[in-house]
Amino acid sequence: MTEIAKLTERLTALANPTRFLALAGSMLPWLTGAAVLLLAAGLILAFAAPEDYQQGITVRIMYIHVPLAWLSMFCYTMMAASALGTLVWRHPLADVSLKAAAPIGAVFTALALATGSIWGKPMWGTWWVWDARLTSVFVLFLMYLGIIALTRALDDPGRSARSAAILTLVGFVNIPIIKFSVDWWNTLHQPASVFRLDGPTIHPSLLWPLLVCALGFTLLFLSLHIMAMRAEIWRRRVAAMRRMSARVAEVRPAKGHVS
Amino acid sequence: MTHTAYVIAAYLVAALGIAGLAAWILLDQRTQKRALEELEARGIRRRSESRRAGESPR
Repeated sequence: MTEIAKLTERLTALANPTRFLALAGSMLPWLTGAAVLLLAAGLILAFAAPEDYQQGITVRIMYIHVPLAWLSMFCYTMMAASALGTLVWRHPLADVSLKAAAPIGAVFTALALATGSIWGKPMWGTWWVWDARLTSVFVLFLMYLGIIALTRALDDPGRSARSAAILTLVGFVNIPIIKFSVDWWNTLHQPASVFRLDGPTIHPSLLWPLLVCALGFTLLFLSLHIMAMRAEIWRRRVAAMRRMSARVAEVRPAKGHVS
Repeated sequence: MTHTAYVIAAYLVAALGIAGLAAWILLDQRTQKRALEELEARGIRRRSESRRAGESPR
């Protein structure tokens, strides 16, 4: 067997919801533990780091705002990959992944907007401005709400999976717009200062705590996503078993009537 | 409002939001798991499980 065939077989094995549940059960305690430890370490480092010479103490908001903003885009990108999994490969877990991620992405985006707004008031003198970055992130939040509504509008998840996947892929056009909005338009929001071609412009004393916090938030996101996927798989099993139970209940009295 | 108050407000909002989300997911997990266990206790099996057990699907 070739290496590619072996890899395909391994990925196919993971596509089985029962195998996924077993893997999730063994991974979750470690993943959640690592997330909590990294977040605690990141926040201790963040509060031990020096204050910014311009922003003063409000720079501490960056340690939660920036990871939440990154993850709001990461979550949507992952959902777009899941949408491809639904439309192209009909992967059994792809729709589960998309549906489970949407509320987490919505909360992370709302928190990124809220923490950014709280930072904006003392630094910009305003809670909100309709500049390209803030507006495109707000559109992302609305996209999440739309996907949440669509994935929950129909009782049969198989029927909503395709339309949710198409909507997610169409909405993916917003992700590069968010990323490059600060370069393409003149925005009040500052341009990128970590992921730049010429390297980060933040001092290492502030950058390292930020990266540890970002890693902690990423592991937290993954833990929540795996938990939400597990709940969704169970929900679909419960629905299938209830349907089966109802069918059995219908068949039995009918048989009894004939005899 | 001092700058410290803005920092505290931002951390409080984030903590409440994440705690609420985590609580909602954990509660949903528990509800689904209980419902699944209840159905299994009533002897209802999914078709794939019935086939694995060598029974004819009900």
